[in-house]
Amino acid sequence: MQRSFIAKNPSILIFLALLALFTLGVTVLSEGFGIGVISTSFVKTLGKTLCLCLIAVAMDLIWGFTGILSLGHFAFFGLGGYMIGMWLMYERTRMIVVDSLSQSEIPATQSEIVDAIGNQIFGVVGSSEFPLIWIFADSLFLQLLMVVLVPGLLALVFGWLAFRSRVTGVYLSILTQAMTLALALYLFQNDSGLRGNNGLSGLQNLPGVTASQDAVSMWFLWASAFALGAGYLLAAWVVSGKFGSVIKGIRDNEARVRFLGYSVEAYKLTVFTLTACIAAIAGALYYPQAGIINPAEIAPIASIYLAVWVAIGGRGRLYGAVIGAALVSLLSSWFTGGQAPDIPLGVYTIKWVDWWLVLLGLSFVLVTLFAPKGMGGLIDLWTDRRSPDRHGADLGPDAGALREQEAEQ
Amino acid sequence: MSTLLEVSGVSVTFDGFRAINNLSFSIGDAELRAVIGPNGAGKTTFMDIVTGKTKPDEGRVIWGEKSISLLKLSEAKIAQAGVGRKFQKPTVFEDQTVEENLTMALKKPRGWMAVLTYKPTASDRAKVVDLAKQIGLTDALERKSGELSHGQKQWLEIGMLLAQEPRLLLVDEPAAGMTPEEREHTTDILLEAAKTRAVVVVEHDMEFVRRLNCRVTVLHEGAVLAEGSLDHVTSNQDVIDVYLGR
Amino acid sequence: MKQLLLAALAVLLVCFSATAQETSIQPVLQEHQETILKSSRKTIGPAIDAIAASGLPQAQAVLEAWANKEMWSRESDGQFFKGEEAEDKQVRLIDFDTGDVVGAIAKSDLKQLKPNSGIRAMISTALVRFQLMDPDPAKRQDALTSIQRDPEASLLEPLRASFESETDPVLLAQKQRLERLLTIGYDTDTSARITAIDDMSGDLGVDLRATLNPLVATTRAVAPEAVPEGINVAKILSPGEDDFTEAQAYDMLVAKGLAPPRIPDDAIRNALADNISGGRVAGFPLAILDNDENRRAAYIRLAEEGLAPPFVTEEQIQASLGQHVFFDSYADRSPEVTEAAVAALRKIDTKVGLNQSLDLVLDALSLASIYFLAAIGLAITFGVMGVINMAHGEFIMMGAYTGYVVQQIIPDHTISIIVAIPLAFAVTFAAGVAMERLVIRWLYSRPLETLLATFGISIALQQLAKNIFGTQARPLTSPGWLDGALVMNDVVSISYIRIAIFVLALIFLGVFLFIMKRTRLGLETRAVTQNPRMAASMGINPGRVNMLTFGLGSGIAGVAGVAIGLYAKVTSELGSDYIVQSFMTVVVGGVGNIWGTLLGATMIGFLQKGIEWLNPSNTLAAQTYMIVFIIIFIQFRPRGIIALKGRAAGD
Repeated sequence: MQRSFIAKNPSILIFLALLALFTLGVTVLSEGFGIGVISTSFVKTLGKTLCLCLIAVAMDLIWGFTGILSLGHFAFFGLGGYMIGMWLMYERTRMIVVDSLSQSEIPATQSEIVDAIGNQIFGVVGSSEFPLIWIFADSLFLQLLMVVLVPGLLALVFGWLAFRSRVTGVYLSILTQAMTLALALYLFQNDSGLRGNNGLSGLQNLPGVTASQDAVSMWFLWASAFALGAGYLLAAWVVSGKFGSVIKGIRDNEARVRFLGYSVEAYKLTVFTLTACIAAIAGALYYPQAGIINPAEIAPIASIYLAVWVAIGGRGRLYGAVIGAALVSLLSSWFTGGQAPDIPLGVYTIKWVDWWLVLLGLSFVLVTLFAPKGMGGLIDLWTDRRSPDRHGADLGPDAGALREQEAEQ
Repeated sequence: MSTLLEVSGVSVTFDGFRAINNLSFSIGDAELRAVIGPNGAGKTTFMDIVTGKTKPDEGRVIWGEKSISLLKLSEAKIAQAGVGRKFQKPTVFEDQTVEENLTMALKKPRGWMAVLTYKPTASDRAKVVDLAKQIGLTDALERKSGELSHGQKQWLEIGMLLAQEPRLLLVDEPAAGMTPEEREHTTDILLEAAKTRAVVVVEHDMEFVRRLNCRVTVLHEGAVLAEGSLDHVTSNQDVIDVYLGR
Repeated sequence: MKQLLLAALAVLLVCFSATAQETSIQPVLQEHQETILKSSRKTIGPAIDAIAASGLPQAQAVLEAWANKEMWSRESDGQFFKGEEAEDKQVRLIDFDTGDVVGAIAKSDLKQLKPNSGIRAMISTALVRFQLMDPDPAKRQDALTSIQRDPEASLLEPLRASFESETDPVLLAQKQRLERLLTIGYDTDTSARITAIDDMSGDLGVDLRATLNPLVATTRAVAPEAVPEGINVAKILSPGEDDFTEAQAYDMLVAKGLAPPRIPDDAIRNALADNISGGRVAGFPLAILDNDENRRAAYIRLAEEGLAPPFVTEEQIQASLGQHVFFDSYADRSPEVTEAAVAALRKIDTKVGLNQSLDLVLDALSLASIYFLAAIGLAITFGVMGVINMAHGEFIMMGAYTGYVVQQIIPDHTISIIVAIPLAFAVTFAAGVAMERLVIRWLYSRPLETLLATFGISIALQQLAKNIFGTQARPLTSPGWLDGALVMNDVVSISYIRIAIFVLALIFLGVFLFIMKRTRLGLETRAVTQNPRMAASMGINPGRVNMLTFGLGSGIAGVAGVAIGLYAKVTSELGSDYIVQSFMTVVVGGVGNIWGTLLGATMIGFLQKGIEWLNPSNTLAAQTYMIVFIIIFIQFRPRGIIALKGRAAGD
């Protein structure tokens, strides 16, 4: 019975090995450090995909294991991106400004520099003042701290409000969706202090780094792979022990856990906040690779796609989330990027740019109907892992709750 | 015998329907008590009130030597204070093994930090094995509890309750759907448990109640109709009218 | 010479006309011949006035001809005629006095008067006094409109004079109102103005506010020592208080030349940059000039050396400010009038505020009815059946597109709407039934999966609509009789289309209540949702009931789509714009209760309008705050406004 955590979960080692192999392979094939088979833009796509896998792991933790279908985790992802974007944009603009001011004969004063940066950054929204939220933008350390703190705090406050009032199930999903919508709408304003719908741009350029994008993209791929590995390990550790038992218990029968003496709200809040922080870190790694962040990224639809990835990959198992996110997002960029060949039908040609979403939507319906375990279910078939025979009863938070209701009657 | 739980003057109304009407009830340490009553007498609502699921409109629920009011506590805090509850239908965590189910129920710190860093000690594991033996599930420790039979799930749930080491056990129809042998086993477990703690059993089955051989409280329309030994209450005319007579 | 003589003669004739009754207008014209021909806006005034004041009946014809560029001057004698262009480059001349045709003359011998727009405006002002008494009511109306547009002191007398002959009561009322307004603005008698202001105060007309506002408009001024005599002071200002900063005050002094301009930081910098010699400025090494303190010191030294304008210190600024008095003054000299105007405006403002609140309430009501329309289908599928349908918004969109397609086939808007409503119901009913049969019925009791599956349908439908109809908005035109608005006064108005949507919402509420409470389907629906097994054992087919109920909810969404399409543009994103609000409406109201949905829609509608009113520039922020408010609201009433209690609520 006394076995180490890794030994109990051999899938973790397999996953980490595959991830390392993948990273090594990309490095060897990349333009920056290898033989140049994979273009830099594709390296960036792969790096971004790793970040999406990381947020999918967070989503699986909150949905697959705790049973909270959050439709708001992309808000935290975006916020993380905004936080790191603020420093990137500030620092790069500062370097340009200092450089151009040093051309003049009289050295610039501190306030002149700050004014010039403000003008550069906020010119597009007709302002030049630094809003209060940029107060830490000049410090990489503080802003990195904000990457975790700001989304974490938002998740803490929102989660505390929502869980305290015992909003559960679909209501909670709608509430999280409303939160995302509110945040996105707020950021769309020009006076939100984050450049309205222009968002933050030029994030791919690291200030003070002279290396080419070929190299930088590889650094980010490594960082993303490392973050994914660490996040996966953390998530696997969290769900493997007694904590995992409790949150799975919350998923399957919240009231029962409560009568066992566990404060369900505190657990939910912990997982919600933790996953928000993981999502924020994923976002902070994603947007420097994407180069630009704007409020449209936070729109409710993004978080729903996240749920789609996890569902297609198979929730309740971490590797399922990773597979789903990687597969669907890569397929999606393949189809919408115009690389997929059109299908001529004589009278009508199917252009995948137009029809991909239809296909995705329908396949999503099919997965929900016929393969509720997602693609992870295929791995079950392979490893011959069987779920317990429930005499036809269904697993899941809501079905569990239903049983509890019946029990009370 | 000191009083462990005292419920006095409690009333609850749902949409104009008075589910509990000025109910008073008390139970001491290490006492076994059966609660019977027709459907709709308020048995389940009574349990809901004690465990904090339902807040009464009026009345008091006083707990323990320090006379704490349970009405101000959340369900989790009440459970931590030492009230264990078993539901009518077995509610175990079917996706998890018997061992995990029992480990979760063990009396240990319930805070998330403590749980996150929890590592089972040798004595914890010994306790789990011991409990499994008590409920006859030693061989099933590694099995997912969803695979267990109905009776085994009932026992597992009772085992989880015992693992909580509660001072008061609320058991809702433990014998429903059990074979005669299983009932006997259940009776044994309950009687054993009642030696060290208070146990309240809600039951329909008179045979089962008779076997428990304890004081009986009869509920009717949300209030106590009669209380005493089974023979005493079954001879009570009111009880016969509302319950047994039909 | 001859012209001069004639002019002299004309002058003589005009003098004559003062005593003897003159019947010809030609002399008046001749008197001002030069200015008329010169046709300059600056000098033409007396000429127009003279014509208008001649008291001759022909004056109107002359002015009209002039304004219409139909007045010609005969070059041979300078006489003015009305001219009509005839064949062979000739112009037929008509005498103003007699109206007879004088004869046709070659264009080359004539000069056409082409008044520019400025002059034409002056002429038409002069014409007004004639038009005010014109026998044609339409012309009198035109004249009033012209006065309203361009009020003038000189129009007051003719306006008053025209009361007597006015026969049309409506026009008379308009004239009297206009006279009051002109009196307020232009009468020379102060007490008359005050009386007029008092008469009108409390009136909501925009015209009255337009008259009063210039009276109370203030100009900010500065004077040394004390306020000059004869100025109607609104307020004495002290710099640094009441939104009047010291910087603004000093800028005023500078603008008036009463103080030397302050030297801004970039001016200091430029001055320093201009005076660099040998890596130093005024003895300061360049390297230390990276802060304001050193720069200022260097600049002061430059100024001392005469190389830059002197630096203005904070003490000097304070001293200058102390030596002057700043004040707001009214343009109108009479304090009594301005006081009365301020009081009247305050009274009007209160009334306008009240009416604006009423307008806001109407606005909020119509927004609420739109939310209610969007949510009522959900109240059935989500509220009653407990099925979460994320594609509900797409059903609304399908309804709207159905309306659009019908309008492409049937051009008559009234008929097409009448056809579109049942058709939209049929289309979305069918879609809803299909979706229920194919997807949802497999997922009952798994709400989260229903949410995701219907969401898949939602994105597929949305993209499908995009593929079929394109991304641009399609118009759904409302019938003509729904155009326009019900105007109560200048503040409160509501468009007919909003009234129609409100009525439609009420009809839907009635239909819903009827179906749920009075029909077999409603009874069966309630039975099936409360206990499907029991219902089935009583001979109800739950599958059929679920299918029909879901179809009904979807069909209502389709009809709502037609209504919303009339009000907003039809795009493939129409549905997703409403879906979150719709769910909020149902959740806030309380699931499973139509009155809750009604209250929820009302609350959200009022809330949104209320927040928009507080922060009118920003609808985005308004929506943000509204959602935040709803999240907090749910803290206190997790089950909505009307909550089911007890066991029925089913935790």
